[in-house]
Amino acid sequence: MKKLINKPEDVVVEALKGIEYAHPDIVKVHYEPNFIYRADAPVKGKVAIVSGGGSGHEPMHGGFVGMGMLDAACPGAVFTSPTPDQMLEATKLVHGGAGVLHIVKNYTGDVLNFDMAADLARAEGIEVESVVTNDDVAVQDSLYTAGRRGVGVTVLAEKICGAAAEEGRSLKDVADVCRKVNGWGRSMGMALTSCTVPHAGKPTFDLPDDEMEIGIGIHGEPGRTRMKLKSADEITEMLMEPILNDLPFQAGDQVLLFVNSMGGTPLIELYIVYRKAYEIATKAGLKVVRNLIGPYITSLEMAGCSITLLKMDDDLIRLWDAPVKTPALRWGV
Amino acid sequence: MPISRDDVIAWLSVYGQLLEDHREYLTQLDSSIGDADHGVNMDRGFKAVLGKLPTVADKDIGTILKSVGMTLVQTVGGASGPLYGTFFLQAGAATANKMELSLAEWASAVEGAINGLMARGKANIGDKTMVDALVPALHALKQAIADGIDEHEALRQSASAAEQGMKNTIPLVAKKGRASYLAERSAGHQDPGATSSYLMFKAMVDAWTK
Repeated sequence: MKKLINKPEDVVVEALKGIEYAHPDIVKVHYEPNFIYRADAPVKGKVAIVSGGGSGHEPMHGGFVGMGMLDAACPGAVFTSPTPDQMLEATKLVHGGAGVLHIVKNYTGDVLNFDMAADLARAEGIEVESVVTNDDVAVQDSLYTAGRRGVGVTVLAEKICGAAAEEGRSLKDVADVCRKVNGWGRSMGMALTSCTVPHAGKPTFDLPDDEMEIGIGIHGEPGRTRMKLKSADEITEMLMEPILNDLPFQAGDQVLLFVNSMGGTPLIELYIVYRKAYEIATKAGLKVVRNLIGPYITSLEMAGCSITLLKMDDDLIRLWDAPVKTPALRWGV
Repeated sequence: MPISRDDVIAWLSVYGQLLEDHREYLTQLDSSIGDADHGVNMDRGFKAVLGKLPTVADKDIGTILKSVGMTLVQTVGGASGPLYGTFFLQAGAATANKMELSLAEWASAVEGAINGLMARGKANIGDKTMVDALVPALHALKQAIADGIDEHEALRQSASAAEQGMKNTIPLVAKKGRASYLAERSAGHQDPGATSSYLMFKAMVDAWTK
């Protein structure tokens, strides 16, 4: 294992310390239990939004804390869900009197821990709504599994719901916006290489030099199929086809096209993928009205990418364009 | 064979040691069908449990088990944290204010614990989870008690049923948890959660019959 770390057990806390030093104007960090929260929390009268998940997906979620996005993010150990005490303390600290929305990616651990935290917070008199994201079309037969995984759409939901909360919408309305984004978004990812969890010390899976995994999850969970490496255009087609087939996308629809790096793939390659994905979407009659390109929901140093397509209406476009000031996403301010 | 508070503490210590000894093994099982952290997480959780035990060791069995549950919830993470946490919280609720239990009372506390865990995780037998080791172990224990078998033997039969249930997960296709994403590719691998659950029953044998 070759990593820029000190000790595997210190990775999460040392990274939190770095975030604390780097962005004191935007966030503060609470330790034991660990969470990142808005420097100006609680914001009185505003619905607060809390998310979280295993570490190793940076900038998600800690990099999305700040005005116009999350109020708090709870990082677990690498690829391991955070615990209910983290979520409960974060929920209590950012609660501004208008309720708290938990945005939870659909993984068994995340769902169970957030469930427990929501129960505990409600017992303390805080109104909590939870929305689970599950946009990964790579998971088939989702009736017979834990269901589709929450991936790229989570980033978009956090931005859009953050804007809705900032506008002063109610908890129910912000949760409805979240459900709408989740219902209108679909994603699929692929890997060129594995990744290595620091405390595991060796690659999560073996992927020969000339092969790739289509439909990979963000923790290196295998996807639909493994095959010989193909060209960027062919790979993009393999990702776009199931996405387009799954969503009620219709010619004339407006969409946001999000091309994400799994961590190890450089921007130049993401633009090659974006170019092809844009052409495929356009050929299908879709209007790409917004985009996001870069490493936003990563899987440590894994090489590969994911594509997310989100159908947009005027309300979502306006919320997407609204000002945001976080360590990783910033515009309009 | 009454089970005293010290017996419960001895069981927790033995289980903690078994988890430490099997840390790499559990993680290796998890890397085949999960996310390669089960051994590390359980070992971390039980190290915290054992570290905290001295502060509750003079309390009743219920208080001790509840403290174990809260500590696991706070330190394990993943799905195992809330599931094992719920198991111990429910076991603690069933043994509140008790300083000693009969084996039948112990079996009834374990039953409440397993029911709580199943309500949280919504898994059934055959889904390739912890439940596949826990439920057979409980049934064997209750059956042995009903049959009036020697209590040490009852514990051994319970642990063997857990072991058999654990092995029975090998051909199963996972329906819950991260392994379910593999669908038929999850067959052929032993479930790590069922394995750590078997170790919990093995720890009863090691701690109480030797």
